[in-house]
Amino acid sequence: MTHHFDMLPKSVGVGYKPQHFSDILADAAPVTWLEIHAENYMGAGGRPLAQLRALSEKFPISVHGVGLSIGSEGRLDPDHLARLKHLNDWLTPASFSEHLAWSTHDMGFYNDLLPLPYTNATLETVCDHIDEVQNTLGRQMLLENPSSYLAFSESTLDEVAFLREVTKRTGCGLLLDVNNVFVSATNLQMDARAYIDTFPLDKVGEIHLGGHDEDTDDHGAPLLIDSHGREIADPVWALYAHTIAACGAKPTLIEWDTDVPAWSVLTDEAHRAADILTPVPA
Amino acid sequence: MTDRVSQTDFIAAAMNPERAAPLGIVGPDGTPAPKRFSVYRNNIIVSLKAAMADGFPAVASLVGDAFFAAMSDVFIRKTPPNSPILTLYGADFADFIASFEPAASLPYLSGVAQLEYALRRAYHAADALPVAARALENPHIFSAQITLAPACTMLSFAHPVAEIRAAALGGPKPTSGAQDVLITRPDLDPIATALPAGTIAITTALQAGIPLGQAIEHAPDELDLTAFIGALVSGGAITKLEYDNV
Repeated sequence: MTHHFDMLPKSVGVGYKPQHFSDILADAAPVTWLEIHAENYMGAGGRPLAQLRALSEKFPISVHGVGLSIGSEGRLDPDHLARLKHLNDWLTPASFSEHLAWSTHDMGFYNDLLPLPYTNATLETVCDHIDEVQNTLGRQMLLENPSSYLAFSESTLDEVAFLREVTKRTGCGLLLDVNNVFVSATNLQMDARAYIDTFPLDKVGEIHLGGHDEDTDDHGAPLLIDSHGREIADPVWALYAHTIAACGAKPTLIEWDTDVPAWSVLTDEAHRAADILTPVPA
Repeated sequence: MTDRVSQTDFIAAAMNPERAAPLGIVGPDGTPAPKRFSVYRNNIIVSLKAAMADGFPAVASLVGDAFFAAMSDVFIRKTPPNSPILTLYGADFADFIASFEPAASLPYLSGVAQLEYALRRAYHAADALPVAARALENPHIFSAQITLAPACTMLSFAHPVAEIRAAALGGPKPTSGAQDVLITRPDLDPIATALPAGTIAITTALQAGIPLGQAIEHAPDELDLTAFIGALVSGGAITKLEYDNV
């Protein structure tokens, strides 16, 4: 690759969907970078890689893994790690990120970001896995905070303390998903602003914004579901503005993964993020 | 209370709706939260069913959404993905359908699934530069060994599966019987070309390194050989010609 996009700009990006390929090449503004899900670009060839090659010549690309299962109790899948390395070496993306979650168990892949308890034991496992990823890829990764729907009675650490310790031990950066913070805070009856205010914001290399659905829990209390299938909710925009005011401009991604709308709907969301982001110095 | 929830327990409960949520999973008040746990149950099965519906649109159209959802539910619980590459999930779906009793009245359905999966595989297959059409104008062409592109495959069916698939996706009604189907990927979109039953013998021979002249001795009588070679060429399926004696 001959481009020089070795980091994400502190402006707005969008999660790439193939149906927007022509729109993006025609006029992407105000979108300045793109994020792909690593697992969709692990075929041997064909259109997905051809599109990615074309896009990577014009835009910084963030590779966002959704299948590495860093929170697994067992070891990381060496085949999958090798595929990630292959993609990373070929594309030399501006950023690589994964989730504080697990999805693979006993050779099965369950296609969701499953939760883990926060204990000293899980902390050690997660750090070992992140060390392995960073050593294999030869680069720093960002770790994303999850959306939580439930808690584990065995947990002994809160999520922010857990993430702070992970960055300290492994040197990884963090991907702060502001919608996930809002969803988790609502679901677990915590204070979203307090989460942001105690978060190690200096380690944040990227911010995610996405839409959520509303449901109710076992007692009729609100239960928000991280669906990425609609506009970003107003309180999430407010929490984002609060975050940016606290940490300065950060690369910010609009995520929309289900019921994908027309490109113009995504650029409307991107404009809204840019309006919050651009007046703020980095 | 310090009930430890292993990932084995979590998955066993998540993939089996009859099981209770594991002890140790709680809401913000510290009490058991089965409805919260069911968010994961739901996310897993719904997202995998969506992946199946995306991957097998003609099968879904032939049986209807409700039947397809029920059938893929059984398939997913029996054969969850064994890799995070969901673009290639469903390799075993055709075999599953062949032995899925409720679909027995549609004997061609398994073939349609097999064809859709083969098209998907061709979509993601490695790129390969085809030879120019004029390369086949060589007077020794029948002595050539032919290398076929990674995206090129042939399948054999007892039913007119290519037409059934096309009809399911809005094309005309099928008329023919047994057939073989050639998959090629000119540029980036795979196409299925129906050919007389038995044509597969030619590509099987070519793939075994048998020269073109001998390979076409296996051609069925009804095959228009010129059209078949033309389909290989226009489909970008021929990537190398080798002449032993030159």
